[in-house]
Amino acid sequence: MIVLEARAAPSRWMSVLSPVIALAITIAVAALLFAFLGKSPVEGLRIFLVEPFHGLRGLTELGLKATPLILISLGLSLCFRSNVWNIGAEGQYLVGGIAAGWLALTVTEGQIAIPQWAFFFLAVVAGAIGGAIWASIVAFLRDRFHANEILVSLMLVYVANLLLSYLVFGPWKNPEGFNFPQTVNFAANTDVPRLLRGMRLNAGFVLSLVTAVVAWFFMFRTLGGYKLQVGGPAPAASRYAGFSARSALWSTLLISGALAGVAGALEVTGPMGQLTPHVASGYGFTAIIVAFVGRLHPIGCVLGSFVLSSFLIGGELAQSRIGLPSALSGVFQGVLLFSLLACDTLILSRVRWRRSA
Amino acid sequence: MNRRSSLKNLALIAVLGAGTLLACAKEEPKKPEAPVAAPAKPEPLKVAFVYVGPVGDAGWTFAHDLGRKYAESKYGDRIKTTFVEKVPEGPDAERVIRDLVAQGNKVIFATSFGFGDSMEKVAKDFPDVYFEHATGYKMAPNLRVYEGRFYEDAYLAGIVAGEMTKTNVIGFVGSFPIPEVLRNINAFTLGALSVNPKVKTKVVWVGSWFDPPKEAEAAQSLINQKADVLLQNTDSTAVLQTAEKNGKYAFGWDSDMSAFAPKAHLGSARLNWGLYYDKAIGDVLNKTWKTEATKWGVKEGLPEFVALATFIPDSTKKKVEDAKAGMKAGTVAAFQGPLLDNTGKEVLAKGVVGDDKWNGAVNFYVKGVEGKVPSGK
Repeated sequence: MIVLEARAAPSRWMSVLSPVIALAITIAVAALLFAFLGKSPVEGLRIFLVEPFHGLRGLTELGLKATPLILISLGLSLCFRSNVWNIGAEGQYLVGGIAAGWLALTVTEGQIAIPQWAFFFLAVVAGAIGGAIWASIVAFLRDRFHANEILVSLMLVYVANLLLSYLVFGPWKNPEGFNFPQTVNFAANTDVPRLLRGMRLNAGFVLSLVTAVVAWFFMFRTLGGYKLQVGGPAPAASRYAGFSARSALWSTLLISGALAGVAGALEVTGPMGQLTPHVASGYGFTAIIVAFVGRLHPIGCVLGSFVLSSFLIGGELAQSRIGLPSALSGVFQGVLLFSLLACDTLILSRVRWRRSA
Repeated sequence: MNRRSSLKNLALIAVLGAGTLLACAKEEPKKPEAPVAAPAKPEPLKVAFVYVGPVGDAGWTFAHDLGRKYAESKYGDRIKTTFVEKVPEGPDAERVIRDLVAQGNKVIFATSFGFGDSMEKVAKDFPDVYFEHATGYKMAPNLRVYEGRFYEDAYLAGIVAGEMTKTNVIGFVGSFPIPEVLRNINAFTLGALSVNPKVKTKVVWVGSWFDPPKEAEAAQSLINQKADVLLQNTDSTAVLQTAEKNGKYAFGWDSDMSAFAPKAHLGSARLNWGLYYDKAIGDVLNKTWKTEATKWGVKEGLPEFVALATFIPDSTKKKVEDAKAGMKAGTVAAFQGPLLDNTGKEVLAKGVVGDDKWNGAVNFYVKGVEGKVPSGK
């Protein structure tokens, strides 16, 4: 009989290395898969892991893709560290996008001549408020009725999507758009300021990196951040120390909701430039993998976002370069999370053979 | 064991790293092919397809991919095709299209409405690349649109539905309430009414082009409301399979789906995209490409109503064949005045046939369809 036995002291080194090992396992599985599909493993891996980083356009596109993942995974890391399971970042992302979209529509329809940077600031604030409001529903139901936050936050993703559909099919629909469910294209001054000429990378990327630094400082250098995190591994100690579990619940959900909302706002006013029923793109869910791959650490989140973005973009490139099916990027995401969980389990416990009694 | 596998992985990474360097080194000096082809062996024309669904959806994307293969078989080594599937209709599309252009593709087909804005943006930057957008309306000197008159197939399916229904209730699973889909609902209803004036159509919307569980749910809810013949404007086989399970009838849409539901399948509205891909690629090769909006119907053979079930009575089959012949001859039209919407308002006057401008503005159900078109107004 195989039993898992808790290790007395999990190796500190190994817990940092765990995502690296998981990545290596994923790469090995990928290489095998390529071979089974009759493609060269070297070429396949090159396309998934190197090609997305190739050239200025490749790098900027990668940054653009990583931006929402960084922002969302930072918020989720804080949540997960304090044992608050916010699975519905996708919904908070959507509502943030809707809020910023509303602002952009107002500016577009009123032909308001607001400077681009000022609008960027407003859109970020609007997104943060939108996302935080959506997450506050989860916090309220958990706080008041002990409703399971995993279920509530997940269900609210669907509600947010329906809210968006209602708006783009109804009151916000472009009157000259042949009844197609989409808003007008937003005015040029609502576009998130770009960093480089001709590239889509925008100020949102810088914002996400700054947020990562702030998150690191908050988590590891402030009492507030410490208070939030004690509740996770040691709820009893946290109560004994007088740290409020309620305030941890509220503040982590509001912060992560706000960050997801900002990500939505940046996507809608950045590369999308209008609202359509297709704002939801799975970033809120992918960011969960990022947060765990990144060890719930801000630096890890940034690195993890780039890895997952390169999987996503690599999945497209692999189709046009060597004709591999698109499902591969999903498979790799799954294998990565799976092997990470396996590694973590083996770090915390050892496998023993035992004769059944 | 852990150590051994990580050692192996390390070795693998080392090998990969070396391989990567080699591959990169090989890649660098590659230059874009010269437009003036050498007389001996011209470079093949690179053609790329951007699909919204998976090629295995058995519907919309599958039909486009059959078209791609048809063009490939036709032009042989004069062209080289690639595709990217499951591209979301949003900011990702622009990156995919740009990358395909960077790969040297000179003709890009994007096969969903939601790719329009991305196509427009990229087309502006690459005047020497030809962009073809299915079911769109935005055009530019190097961007044109193409679509099929799918509603003609819907009309033919309606004839079969009107004859085969026992409850006089037929059902439609809709994706998005845009003119294209509303036309199909209306044509399906009008086809049925042309042979059975008692028919009523019920509609359920799923808000997606490809979502098999939702499509199945919608089909079930229509069946629960007494509908016994179903048509859909979504891309999977779910509606057909749900009908099969319930002992009802349904149609294949986009491709021949008879194999998925042998008892329920009445016929399939197949889309022969290959005909257009043949023409469009020919235009580029022969340098006769110009901006235009192509709309091909039953007459041109793009939508083709095929694989009628053997158990359909001959009298019904004849009615379908007559209507088909009439469409080809120009004597039968799906939308022929006088036509009332389902509030009783006249939408086409007597003797008038709906033209493309009229088609593009359809935002109502015709008389015979129950309910209201979803809208915020």
